[in-house]
Amino acid sequence: MTSPALAAPSHARAGKRAQFRSLVTRYRVPLSILALCLLPWLLPSKALAVNVLIYGVIAVGYNLLFGYTGLLSFGHAAFVGAGAYITGIAIGQFGVPWYLAVLLGVVGGALLAFIMGALSTRTRGIYFSMVTLALAQLVYYVALQASAWTGGENGLRGFTVSKIELLGFEINFLDPVNKYYVLMMFAALALWIVSRILNSPFGAAIEAIRENERRARTCGYDVERTKLLAFTLSGTICALGGTMSALHLAFVPLDSLHYLSSGMIVMMTLLGGASSFFGPFIGALVFLVMEDVFSLWTSHWQIIVGSVFVLFVLFLPKGIWGTFLTKVMR
Amino acid sequence: MDTELILMQLFSGVALGAILVLTALGLSIIFGMLGVVNFAHGALFMVGAYAGLWVASLTGSFWWGLIVAPIMIGGFGMLIEYFLIRPLYGRSIDDPLLLTFGLSYVLVEGVRIVFGSDGIPFPTPSSLTGVVDLGVGFFPIYRIFVVGIVFLVVVLLWLGLEKTKFGLIVRAGARDPTMMKVLGIDISKVWLLVFGLGVGLASLGGVLSGPMRSVNPEMGALVLAEAFVVTVIGGLGSLVGSIVAGLLVGVVISMTALFAPEMATIVMFALMAVVLLIRPQGLFGKLA
Repeated sequence: MTSPALAAPSHARAGKRAQFRSLVTRYRVPLSILALCLLPWLLPSKALAVNVLIYGVIAVGYNLLFGYTGLLSFGHAAFVGAGAYITGIAIGQFGVPWYLAVLLGVVGGALLAFIMGALSTRTRGIYFSMVTLALAQLVYYVALQASAWTGGENGLRGFTVSKIELLGFEINFLDPVNKYYVLMMFAALALWIVSRILNSPFGAAIEAIRENERRARTCGYDVERTKLLAFTLSGTICALGGTMSALHLAFVPLDSLHYLSSGMIVMMTLLGGASSFFGPFIGALVFLVMEDVFSLWTSHWQIIVGSVFVLFVLFLPKGIWGTFLTKVMR
Repeated sequence: MDTELILMQLFSGVALGAILVLTALGLSIIFGMLGVVNFAHGALFMVGAYAGLWVASLTGSFWWGLIVAPIMIGGFGMLIEYFLIRPLYGRSIDDPLLLTFGLSYVLVEGVRIVFGSDGIPFPTPSSLTGVVDLGVGFFPIYRIFVVGIVFLVVVLLWLGLEKTKFGLIVRAGARDPTMMKVLGIDISKVWLLVFGLGVGLASLGGVLSGPMRSVNPEMGALVLAEAFVVTVIGGLGSLVGSIVAGLLVGVVISMTALFAPEMATIVMFALMAVVLLIRPQGLFGKLA
């Protein structure tokens, strides 16, 4: 006797939740841009906001491969670093205008991603992670040795961009708020591209490969080519993040190429929730806020972040946003 | 260039390769048995080196460090398997990898807290310092000792795997764990021991390499990359592959160091890329 009367409200609630979910999914790009517009005013410092923006873009790009294609790469620092180094070298040593340098950085990163992808997607399963890590370390050691170009161990300096001309306006790029909103345009573009990719038939194909590679192959998909394309696109978005960080810092540390930097991207993505659109950005936000807070207490903040990550792998492998979606918004 | 120099460099390549063999064997055994790629392998190598240093300074003898540290860290490895990796069996193959990566963060930072961030020199034991004339040139005694120890460990490992009942269980378990359970063998105990053994091999490598390179919290990063290169070249899960590829990589690195020092680290990655192009499954690997 109880069921219809009692079930109705909960049913309605479930319906509302589903409605909310589909609304959020449909307007995911405008919603994220809205959130990004507010971000600098919600965080304690503008520098932290810029960092969240940059790593958010990198994590979203990474997630295209990890979350959606199901390939765990430990080499994406190479593309971030390539984007940053190429932009820095183009501005500092060739005097190229900033927008052209950004373009060069992105194209260079894409090219590197294509080459590394062509090698690493030849391998199966767990090998993939090891090979991407090793190939990215190759890039790291090349950058270390080519110190005439890259500044070697000291990193790349001497390419400060102080003002930017945009649509006839001259913007003071040293002002943190201006810098944030200029870089936000790149982030918005990246989010729109990723959202567009995920909505396309190609987006469905990569998810099919993640769910069941053999079945996708049987359905007639060229799995190797699709993986390579996903790898290249993902690396390209990460390279864009790299060029953004070069413009922001006016410095490229050598460590940005190290596999621990790749690992940081992996951690952010997983903390926020892989295979969800907002997850990686939330992960970048949480990771960087944790770093900001804990590094005030102790120089050994990495032990806390590492432990939190281990606990997430053990108990919340879907990350913050993924768990929220499955537990609360069901 | 004179042959003596080339011979000496060749030999130091073998010594370097011997350490790589130990690390890669540990990685390969764990993967072959548990299907887990241990991303904390480099960090555990580093922890092993520190443990060796610590035991050696407590007891005043390198030999205690050499024996006690691998057992200690191997035991620690078993705790890791029991409490952290065991809950992940049956989940995605990426999960143990992610977990051990996070763990390596914790281990490196933990060592920084206990021993400080700076490198610590690891003195060569006095009985093993100096060089010996082998007729074709002078070779450092310590490196000969390292090659000897690794040879001994490899022979013991081979005997253990091929000639004992436990080895039979390990080999059968790697092939078909379900069948082992049906036959009434507690496979989880075997996994525990194998993980401990793999970690013990890594930390033995750490102690042995201590006097050859200085000991610092970041040393594990390069070791992990090297171990990956060796196992990818040799074929993951193949013990023969680990041995051949380890020695090959060691020799290639040190021969390159002789002719083009700046290319020494880069060349092993290039070697891996070539192997991937020709034989993606590694020299001794089987196609999945």
